[in-house]
Order: sequence, then structure tokens, then C-alpha cells
Amino acid sequence: MSDGGCASRSIAVTVNGSVCRAEAPVRLTLSDFLRQTLHLTGTHLGCEHGVCGACTVLVDGRAMRSCLMLAVQADGHQVTTIEGLAAPDGSLHPLQAAFCRHHGLQCGFCTPGLLTTLVEFLKDCPDPTAAEIREAISGNICRCTGYDSIVAATIEAARALRGDGTTP
Amino acid sequence: MTVGGFPQARVLGRDVPRVEDEPLIRGKGRFLDDIALPDMLHAAFLRSPHAHALIRGIDAAAARALPGVAAILTLADLLPCLAETCLKTAMPSPSYRQQLDRPVLADREAVHVGEPIAIALAESRALAEDAAAAVEIDYDPLPVVADCLAALEAGAATAHRGAPSNLVAEMTMGFGDVDRAFEQAPHRFRERLRIHRGGSHSMECRGVVAVPEPVEDRLTVWSSTQMPHAARRLLCDILGLDENRIRVATPDIGGAFGPKLVFYPEEVAVAAAARATGRPVKWVEDRREHFVATAQERDQYWDVELATDADGRILAVRGALVHDHGAWTVRGVNVPQGAMGAMPLAYVVPAYRIGLKVAATNKVPVAPVRGAGQPQGVFAMERLLDAAARGLGLDRAEIRRRNLVPPDRMPYATPLKTRGGIAVTLDSGDYPRCQQMALDGADWSGFPARQAAARAKGRYLGIGLANYVEGTGRGPYEHVSVRIEGSGKIFVATGAAAMGQGTRTMLAQIVAEQLGGDLGRIEVITGDTAAAPLGLGGSNSRQAVMAGSSAHVAARRLRQRVLEIAGQLLEVAPADLEIDGDRVRLKGVAEVSLGLSAIARAAAGQAGFPLPEGGGPGLFAREEVVIDAMTYANGSAVAELEVDIGTGKVTILNLVFAHDCGRALHPRLVEGQLMGGIAHGIGNALYEYMVYDENAQPLTTNLAEYLLVTATEMPPVKILHMESPTPLNPLGIKGVGEAGVIPIGAAVASAVEDALSPWKIKIDRLPLSPVEILALLNAAKARDSL
Repeated sequence: MSDGGCASRSIAVTVNGSVCRAEAPVRLTLSDFLRQTLHLTGTHLGCEHGVCGACTVLVDGRAMRSCLMLAVQADGHQVTTIEGLAAPDGSLHPLQAAFCRHHGLQCGFCTPGLLTTLVEFLKDCPDPTAAEIREAISGNICRCTGYDSIVAATIEAARALRGDGTTP
Repeated sequence: MTVGGFPQARVLGRDVPRVEDEPLIRGKGRFLDDIALPDMLHAAFLRSPHAHALIRGIDAAAARALPGVAAILTLADLLPCLAETCLKTAMPSPSYRQQLDRPVLADREAVHVGEPIAIALAESRALAEDAAAAVEIDYDPLPVVADCLAALEAGAATAHRGAPSNLVAEMTMGFGDVDRAFEQAPHRFRERLRIHRGGSHSMECRGVVAVPEPVEDRLTVWSSTQMPHAARRLLCDILGLDENRIRVATPDIGGAFGPKLVFYPEEVAVAAAARATGRPVKWVEDRREHFVATAQERDQYWDVELATDADGRILAVRGALVHDHGAWTVRGVNVPQGAMGAMPLAYVVPAYRIGLKVAATNKVPVAPVRGAGQPQGVFAMERLLDAAARGLGLDRAEIRRRNLVPPDRMPYATPLKTRGGIAVTLDSGDYPRCQQMALDGADWSGFPARQAAARAKGRYLGIGLANYVEGTGRGPYEHVSVRIEGSGKIFVATGAAAMGQGTRTMLAQIVAEQLGGDLGRIEVITGDTAAAPLGLGGSNSRQAVMAGSSAHVAARRLRQRVLEIAGQLLEVAPADLEIDGDRVRLKGVAEVSLGLSAIARAAAGQAGFPLPEGGGPGLFAREEVVIDAMTYANGSAVAELEVDIGTGKVTILNLVFAHDCGRALHPRLVEGQLMGGIAHGIGNALYEYMVYDENAQPLTTNLAEYLLVTATEMPPVKILHMESPTPLNPLGIKGVGEAGVIPIGAAVASAVEDALSPWKIKIDRLPLSPVEILALLNAAKARDSL
């Protein structure tokens, strides 16, 4: 995109498994690159100063604030957004399915950041306590749910990901 | 939970999956900022850095010359597109003492930090922000009004140059012979309170996309608003266009919680800029703008007095309230009026009088945030009752029990009236039983032992209680239409606005109950003036009550027509038919059936052939059930907490919330609404503080300074349900969208006061930050050492 003569770089970012090559102004954030250049609008911006967590994506599997990262910093890296969480056949990630069952979302605006944060967390901590889940999402603000339903959904998703027990 | 409300129902009262979830959970939602159109310009606003200043000149020459900049527009530049230059958004009230309609853009005087002065349009948002920063404005700072109490003092500077004073409105609410009751009362208790509430902080900020269509001279305005129909009317007034020229539609909305019901300068400026440039224009508020441009509730000062008899029975309540109005009248006096109206509501109060003064300040205008003044009114009442309990040596629960409106007096006609002059009659409920449920759930009677055990270990526990009664379902109507098209699919359209609460699920459920029980066959369109001719939108916990009632009546009527036509086509009595999924079947004879599609096609008719008998063409029902009276929900909250007297930190250990919102259409949605409200209430009690300095400069303008509750601050919450169906609407439902927030601040204050009782500290304010608690402790220790 044009950015008023601002310097730009050619970058190649693997987003949800596909290599995306683009010319990115050096001041363009990763979040704007995803939303505006790649039209992946599932990643949301709630504060643009790194507090609310809505814009969290996975960079090489690690949860990152895409509003605090420049697109050029993602050059050569793997980025996963909410659009990349479901399986190729479209079936929902266990976290996504559990969020729906437990009303872990209301307006859905903070949901992308919560899901990506929790995908990373459950990889590191597959059998978490409720308190550990709360700690893990304490950098994600939800104004709708009061969080209990998100914690319940995460416990169920963790169980499904571990493969012990069946989900309802 | 108990779900007894709809025992015979197929889907009502059941936790059906939300129809909203599928796109949202995949990142395929369509929020305002997701709208991208060819040739679209991006807007940024130049905002006043001064709380009060004259604007002596605007030089945009350098900004206009920047690359990618299409235009920099001031009010003068927009005038050719405007029929009016001010937003007339104040609701009627006889209380106004001056009119403060805000301008589309400030042109001669800026009256709060963040007030928009110019709109920059460029090929990207970044370039528009560059351009806005390059506009030179010559300001002449003026005296600032930063505090609403000081604003009303004689000789105070005025928030608006040339205004006679800062008194925006004054009124007295009340009934009975208050002064006589006080003269004769054996006991009086007085509290001076300061209550602060911040902003709503929906995770999605505001935003507008205006799309001009020059061929037909039409304008489509996508807006993240709670009130699309009101927005269209205002845009028509200001742009001088007929309603058929403007469509206002809402995409997915990322939360709203009150301030998105107000109509803002940015919405007009963006629409006017789209007409001026002939190109689509998008503006999305960023969080820092949200802190300085989106309505807040902020400050109220109460000086209130309670008179009781020797048994603690309320004889009268009186007092004065000063309310910080901000710089403009954007909604009216409804926040303080709602506070005064809520204050006595749960209790039998024989005489009541509160005098209100509303003061202009050089701050962001005030408008409702979830709860809309009711948490403040409840806080004032509950603080007085705690003071009386302490003074009379009564248990705090017992004094409330003696004064709660008893169930045998329902319906209980209070002498109060709503802002629209409608009688306030508590329609149903058992308030004492609800309080008892909360007390039992929290083991209130076992608390003294827990408190003593903790004290023995140097820990300070407290428990607190608060009751509320909330007016919900504000009328007079909401529009709903239900249509079955030739495919057999069911379309529902409404003037209600979905902001994330599950409004579409709620309406689909009500319609599905009558028309086959399959939510998957129903599409609900909310918040679009093109889909609904009328609408009042989202506010006052009203949509389940008002839109739900209309949906129910419309769907029932349509069901009758479907069965009538099916009966004719199948040559059976309609009473022997039932709708199951997309087919009408003869009860008990599965093979005799007819698709909704065939019935819809028959009803649509064919040229030259007669219609089915007994009704007009089409399968369409439109309804606006008119209900003026509000239905009153109630509840009781008990908070148990610990105060760390070394750091001032308050940790809520347990929270019990017993409530009654009539029949629950969808218990999980009800719980979701309550939990969100409770989290917001905890924020108001302990964390959220919109700080301004003495120059009315906002000091908390990001989410690291203004603290929203996160998962680690949430205590264990137990929600207990009662169901007292209201007789006021056909489904027996009451609103629940705001309930959670209302009693939390009062319950937490009561509990903190209890925890700090060894120091005889009175809690007279919210929020209670650790700094405030330590200051109270230090003052008490200094007092005791004298």
C-alpha cells in the first residue's frame, strides 16, 4: 500500500501456512499488515498499545501482540491468526468449539486474541488449573463475559486436546 | 439453575447454541473496521489539546500539501453539506436551565480535551493522522472548569465563554412530607458521598463508514451504534436529507454498554465528508480517542440523609445531588435522574426528596454507561442503610429485610414517575426472599466466625450486602417483522440492535418456538434502517422485553396463518396440525405434511388465482407491541473480601448474586449478561478511575492507566436465580443487561467498611483504590493516636 513516500521493504511472511509476499512500509504494524494488506480481518485491534490483547497472533507458535510488532519484523516468520486455527476440513479447533459451547464469547471482539493466547498456553501447559488459565489470559481483556465461561471452555478444550474423556 | 419458566416450550428457556457464534469464532465476523471499499478515504480527527480555549485560527495549508491527503475539513468547509451545525440529541426535560447542543466540529471555542475541530481525509489512516498532526491551530487558553462542585460556586469560571453559569439543569424528585417526617423521626443518618464511574470501554471502539451513492443521491452509513434509527433521523436533520435517502446499518458490534447510543460529531463529520468528497470515508476510533471523545459517566456528589424509627424502619430520605455533566448535553439528565429514581426503589420509603443540580465542566460529555446512574443511586441508599444499621445496632441484613418492599404488596405503586411521566409500579417479585437466597448462598450468618478467625491471624475480612431494583424494558415499543419466503426460510427484522448480547439468538428462539423450532432456518436482521421501518434500538435493558414481545406476538400470528393455509391445502382442521422444522404435519400422522415453502408460495398467490381463504397475501407479520410501563427486576449481592491493611489492596473472596429477571428466555445468555455486568461492577468498585487534573486534562488515557478487570481479578461468583414472571408482557420477562453492575459497588463498599471496622472507617466513595484505602487507614490511625 502507498504510505506517503515512507520507506518500505519487501517481506515474505508465512501466514496460516501460505507464503505471503508484499511490499510493507517500514512503519506498518503486523496487525495492519494482516488486516489491510492480507485482508485477514479476524485479528482485532482493541487498544493499539499492547494492553488489551485482542490483536494477539502466534509468531512461530508464540503469542505476540500484533499491534506492537512491525510487519517487517515478521519477515521470514510463521504467523497464525484466528483464521488459521480450524483444521483444513473446516472443523473447529477444540478451543473454538469449547468457546461456543460455554459462551466464552459474546460480542466476539476479544475472541481472536484469547484463542491464540490459549493455543500457545495449552501447548506449554496441557493440563492447567483454573488459576493457571486465569493467569495465562490476564493480558486479554474481555468486557462481556466476566471470564468464567472462558476458563470453563479452556478446561474442556485442554481435556479434548489431551485426548482424555469426551466432549459433550 | 432452575429453569421453570417455560415448561412446555420447545426452545424457549433452553440453552440453545448462539446463532452469532459461527462467523465470530472463525474470525469471519464483520465489524466496522473490517469494511474496506474501493476508493475509500480514511479519516483522522484533529482534537483540542486544551480543556477550554478560543480557536483563533486554523492553518491547514501544510497538512493539505502532504502526500496522500485528500482534504482537511473544518466546520466552515462542511457548511455546504449541512442544514444544521449542531447535534440536537438532548431528550426533553423541563429541568434544563441552558441549552448545550454540541457542534458538528468546534470552530470558535473548544470546551474539552478531545473535542474534534477538523477532519483529515487521506488514502490511509496513517497518512490522515500525519495530516491532522500538521494542522496548525492558534489557541487562546481560557479558564477551565474541572470540578462539578466548584463549578456551581458563586463567581466560578464558566465552561462555556459567555454562559450565565455552569448550571445546566436542576430538578427535585420526590413525594410525601419529607421535612415533617425528619422533624418527628427519632433517628437520622447523614452521608456525604462521592461516586465515580468511568467509561464503557467496549473492546471495539466507535466507528463510521459513510458511502455516498451519487447516482440516486443516497448515503449508506455503517455505524457501530446502538440506535441506528435515531442516528438516521439525526443525520437527515443535519444533512437536510429525507429518510429514504439515508440508510444506517450496523455491522457486528464489538460491545457497546451505553455510550454507543449517543450520536456523535464524528458520525456527522464523516457522513458530510463523504458527501463533500463523493468518496466512501471511514473513521475508526482508537482507544486513546475513546478516552477523550466517547461519553463517560464520571462524578456524582451526594449529600443524603435517612430518617428511621426506633426499629430501623425508613420514615424518609432526603438530600442533594450534584452531577458532572461534561461540556455538552448529549443525552440529557437521564443519568442523574436514573440515579435518583433507583435510590429508594427496593424499599418502602414513605417520603423522599432529592434535589439535583447538573453542572457543566470542561470534560467529555456524560451519557449512560451500563447501569445508567442506577449503581450510584443504589450506592447512596445502601450506604445510608449501613449507617443506620450501625447506629441502631441492627444487622445490616435485618434492617434491609424490615424495609424491602414485601411480596404481599405487589404490585407496589410508588409515587415516582419515569422520565417520560409514566408511573413507577413494581410489578412482581419477592425481594426479601431474594435477599435471603443471597445471604444463605454466602453463609452470611457464619461470617462473624470467619471474620474472627481471620482477625486472630491478623487478616481483615469483611462482608457486605446490597439490594437493587432496576427498571427494565423501557417502552413504548420495538418493531419486529417475521416473514416466511418461498424457500420456506424465515426472516426476522427488527429495530433492535445487537451489540454482542445474543440478541439474534434471543429473537430466533422466540420465533422458532412458534414456527417449527429450528433456529437454523431463521435469519435475524438487527440494526438496519433498510430492514425495519421503525426502531428504538438498544438501551435500558429493553430489547428482550420489547423486541421479544413483538417477536412473540408476530410469530404467533404468523403461525396461525400458516396452520390455516395448511389446513385448507391438506383439507384438515388447523387445530390438528403442528409445525415441525420446515414442515406442517398432521399430528400423529407423519406422512400427511406440507412444506413451509409450499405454504409460503400459496400465500404469495399467482396472478388470476384466488388466495387461500381467511387472510391477505403473503406470510408476513409485523408487530410493535406497545408497553409504556417498565418492568422491574431485582436482586441482592453479597461480597466477602479481604483488605490488606499493609498495601490497601482489596481481594474479593466470594461474590453471591441472587436475582430475579422474570422468566429466563435463555439461562446461559442471562448468566452471561450478569457476569459481564458483575465484572464491570467490580471495576467500578475497585479499579476504574477516569482521572482529570485541575486543568481538566485527562490523566488516564490508555488501558495501562485506566484499569479494566481481567480474569485474575474476578472472584468466585455464584449466581442464584428466582423467576417471578411479570404480568406486563406476554412472555413474563424482565431485562437483565445491566443488572449485574448495579449493586456491586455498594456491596463492596459495605464489605470494605466491615473489614476496616476496627478503625471505624466510613466508606464514602468509589472506586476504592489501594491508595484511597491506605489514606483512609492512615487518617484513622492519626485520629486514634491523638
